[in-house]
Order: sequence, then structure tokens, then C-alpha cells
Amino acid sequence: MSAPPSIDREHGLHLLREMLRVRRFEEKCVELYSAAKIRGFMHLYIGEEAVAVGAMGALAPDDAIVATYREHAHALLRGVPAGAVMAEMYGRVEGCSRGRGGSMHLFDAATRFYGGNAIVGGGLPLAVGLALADKLQERSRVTACFFGDGAVAEGEFHECMNLAALWSLPVLFLCENNRYAMGTAIERHESQTDLALKAASYEMTAWTVDGMDVLAVEEAARRALGEVRDGVRPVFLELRTYRFRAHSMYDPELYRSKEEVERYRRRDPIDALIGRLRGEGLLDDGDLEAIEAAVAQEIEESIAFAEAGSLEPVEDLERFIYAEAAPA
Amino acid sequence: MSVAPPTTITYREAMREAIREALASDERVFLMGEDVGAYGGCFGVSRGLLDEFGPERIRDTPLSESAFVGAGIGAAMGGMRPIVEVMTVNFCLLALDQIMNNAATISHMSGGQFQVPLVIRMTTGGGRQVAAQHSHSLEGWLAHIPGLKLLAPATIGDARGMLAPALADPNPVLIFEHAGLYNLEGELPDDPAPVDIEHAAVRRAGSDVTLIAYGGTVPTALRAAEELAEGAGLDAEVVDLRALRPLDDRTVIGSVSRTRRAVIIDEGWRSGSLAAEVSARIMEQAFYELDAPVARVCSAELPMPYARHLEEAALPSAATVVAEVRRLVGANA
Repeated sequence: MSAPPSIDREHGLHLLREMLRVRRFEEKCVELYSAAKIRGFMHLYIGEEAVAVGAMGALAPDDAIVATYREHAHALLRGVPAGAVMAEMYGRVEGCSRGRGGSMHLFDAATRFYGGNAIVGGGLPLAVGLALADKLQERSRVTACFFGDGAVAEGEFHECMNLAALWSLPVLFLCENNRYAMGTAIERHESQTDLALKAASYEMTAWTVDGMDVLAVEEAARRALGEVRDGVRPVFLELRTYRFRAHSMYDPELYRSKEEVERYRRRDPIDALIGRLRGEGLLDDGDLEAIEAAVAQEIEESIAFAEAGSLEPVEDLERFIYAEAAPA
Repeated sequence: MSVAPPTTITYREAMREAIREALASDERVFLMGEDVGAYGGCFGVSRGLLDEFGPERIRDTPLSESAFVGAGIGAAMGGMRPIVEVMTVNFCLLALDQIMNNAATISHMSGGQFQVPLVIRMTTGGGRQVAAQHSHSLEGWLAHIPGLKLLAPATIGDARGMLAPALADPNPVLIFEHAGLYNLEGELPDDPAPVDIEHAAVRRAGSDVTLIAYGGTVPTALRAAEELAEGAGLDAEVVDLRALRPLDDRTVIGSVSRTRRAVIIDEGWRSGSLAAEVSARIMEQAFYELDAPVARVCSAELPMPYARHLEEAALPSAATVVAEVRRLVGANA
């Protein structure tokens, strides 16, 4: 008699579907970039999917998300429609930021998605402020703040760790440690490479998680969120992951070896989950084909939506610089 | 209907009353910044407010300008109406990322989905022998940034009246308080009328030249106007810009079109200054109305020296304004 499965089948398939949505969406983005449909800076999350999938699923609908310029995954997983994300990258008015943000600045008020931020560390103070507003208004919401290992070298990181802990603010800090600040390896940009230890020095609960294991991330995020909500205090998770693709579409990847990338690719979080689900008899070829087909259809529809999108009239160039309506 | 008798108060007290009124009338409003609470504010503006409103709403911050300015942005987006005090304009350099890349951009970058109804107050200007790192006038720099609104209260009435409309504005509003104005005394009705924050104001009517000033240079311009009247029989009009972004071109152009001469007095450095912008707008919109080239009286282009006589020589003064007006008029006499 075999051991009972370690995960619920439906939940396992859900996590796999979410990771594949992000992976296939971004693979298509590369094609569309090559075809000049998408321009500007574009940063891919390929290899890091387990982090956003595991963390995002643990958040509640009224929690807030503050993300970075590598945020396609976070937007999609939060529920920003794929068509609105794609249309944004096409620069169309149907995009989630009306074509004014592009790949790095996806925003969506409906899902409390407070944007991709292209200044490394620049989103952290916003997250602290959103959490302060919740605390002052006695709401039990959490603000989830994603950033990379590169942000840890910024002054804003240290200022915000201190402030969030000092004022006991409900922020979940999610450090996506992909080992590189653009092209500078963590050993070359941090005197202390144990990032959870740094956060802990601000009197904050902090621990390190295998960011290539979606189940481990999910479990950690749930536990951390419980502590943030119950204790009304920040928690820091260092999610150790790896970016399989270049930093951006302009990066010739001179700073790391193919062997290193290959070594991490063998720990692909999607392959790992597939292996685990198959090993426990929870996934067969038919399941996988069905998931891939559904994902492919969502992406095709998003492209069709973006292609059919319209351009904002140039007469509207200077709209939204200042608010057009009083805030609620 | 009887009008409330005027009370004499200082600019500092007027500012404090404005903050007190905002806190009392809207529970979303809170004040945060370095030493705003227990210390009472570096310039004494918030003295007494901690006792009255408590530490949640009069919130002392660590010396983390980027974090607390950014937290003000986030809190504004989260439904609060923060007043963030940045002790002095030079410290706002440590928060420029948040001011420029977040506060000023988020409305536009999000296609209008998010707004930042935030007020940032900061002390500006020189004249106190505090040398090169504490004497800046960077209004011109910040006025360069689309998405921000900038106000420079130069009178007791504006110190008292500008905060409420700034807080009601759905955009980030920066208020510059010139350090030299805090002890200014003046009369204020007990029940002051609300002020508008869009228009420049004519502080002294005149017909021979328009002196255009803002913040700390408004009293300088008024002194110069008096000297010109007494010493040269020249009747200067003084325009107080009040709103530095967006600029109220109409009042400026209207005045210059009447007087046909303009001198802009700006404590910022001359090159790339707000004075340069105002000058360009006069050229663009009133070139054919002018009897003389537009003139500027700005700070000398150097880090502010400590020694009193050197600092005085570096800053705009009534005497230099008078000399500049005499030169303009003489050239066309």
C-alpha cells in the first residue's frame, strides 16, 4: 500500500496551472518582443515562478501588492486579466495602465495591485505607507511587498525595514533572491549574503525559503501572513530562486556561465512540481495536455485582445498627470 | 454681519493653526516627520500638537527621509491625508526618488487609477548663516516636475489658508515655508476666509515696473518697492507668485503688460531657475509689451557661505532690486 499523497490533487494541479500560465505567457512575450510588438525594457520571471505562485495564492482579495519591474507574473496571478497585461505591453489604451506604463508599470486598482516599480527598492516605502494607512484605519489588511536581492543594498530597504518594525506595520516583505542584482552576483554586492539575517537584525521575524519549491513557498507565505495579521507586525521572507533568462532583453549575460544556468535549470520549479505530482500518481499526460491547452488558449486570447486594441488619441497625451477626479 | 476683529499672529502660528484645524476637522489627516512631536518641530511649527492629538497623529519619524516621504505616498494611496514635514529642503534630496518617481508619476503611470493626495511641507531658503548645506532654495528644481503642485506661502494669510485646499487637492502638493518668514507678524481675522491655491496675487499695485517674487523674496520685493517710491518716485507693482507649479501666467502677463517692465526676484541660483522660466514665459507671451529686457535678481551661483557679509552679498536684497529697476528705467528713460 502506497503512502497517501502529500498534497491535494486539485490544489497541486492549480499550482501547476498557475506556474505554466506565467511561464508560457512570458515565453510568448519573448516572441512578441522579437516581432517588435512589445518594446522598451522587459524583464522575465522565467525560473522564479514558484515564488509568486506560492506567495500570491496565500493572499486575501483585499490585501495590497507592491511589485517590481519584473512583475508580469504577479499581475497575472493577482487576477489582472491577461489581455489587459498584454495590451499594456502593446501600448494600447485597453492595457491595465492605458498604455502609459508598459511592462514595468502594470497597475490595477480593482485587485489592489500598486504597480511595478522600476526603481530598485522604490516600492518599499509605498508598501510601508499602505500598511500604515491600514493600521491607522484599523483594517486587518496586509500589504505584500516584492523586491529582489539587489534592493537589499539600497538605503530605502534599510529605512523601510526599520520603520515597518518600529511602527509594527502589517507588511509581508518578500525578497526574491535570484542571486543577481542585474549582473552583479550576490557575493559581489552583499557583505552578508544571508538576507533573512539582515532583516532579523531589525527585530523582524525572518526566514529563508526554497524559492524553487512552490509548496514550500506557499506554506511559508501562509505562516508568515498569519503572523503579520495576528501580530500586526512585519515578516520578512527570503525566497531563494534563480532567473533562467537574461536580466532584460538587452542583457548579453557576460557575468555568469552557461554551466551555472544549466545547473539551476535542473531545478526548474515547474519540472519539480510535475515530477512530484506524477510520482504521487496525481498527474497524467492527459492532465498536463489539458492544462497546457487551457493556458495556450488564455494567451492566444490575450494576444487577440491586444492586437484588436486601440491607441489612445494623442490629444489625450497630457491626461492623468494630475488627478481628474477627487479621490475616494 | 460683523467681521471678526483681526488678531496679530506669526507666520509660524498661522501654519500651526492651519495644521491644527486640518487635524481637528478630518481624522484621515496626520502629521509625520523628523522631530514634529516631542521636539515640537525643528522650527517650532508643530509645538503643542503632540499633547493635543497624540503620537499616532503627530508622528515622529526616524531620520529616513525616503522611507517616511514614501510612506506618506503609500498612506495617501491607502485613504489617509498625510502631511509630511521634511525638515528642510536640502533633506528632501534624500527623498527625491519618492517625490519624483512615485508621487509625481503614479497617477499618470497607472492611467489615472491611483492618486496621491499628499501634502509635503518643507522649510526653504537662506539668510540664517547656516552655510552651504542648509540654505538652499530648490523650488525651481521641484517645479520642473510634472505631476507635482508647488505652493509658496509668503504672507500670514497664505500660511494660514493654503494647507486646507492643499489637503483637499487630489494631487501631491509641496508647500515651501521660507525660514526667514516664520517670525513674520501680521493680522489675521479670527475666521479667515479660504484662499485659492491657483493664482498669483498682486501684493502692491504699481504702474512703472512689476517685481515678481515668491516666498522669502516677497518681503524683499515689497521693501524694494517702498524704497523705489521714496527714493526714485517709481511706482512698482509686486506680484507674489504663490503657486510655483502650475504657474499662473495670466496674472504675471497681465501685470507686465501694464507696467512694461519686469524684474524677477528668486532666491534660487540664476541658471535654470524658476526666474528663468518666468522670464521665458514673459518673452513668449508679452514680448511686444515690454519697454525693457526682463531682469532677474537671483542668488549668486555658489554654495552659500557662512560669513554674514558674504551670505548677504550672495542673496537677493532690496538694494539689488532697486538698482536693477533703476537700470531698467534708466535704459529706457
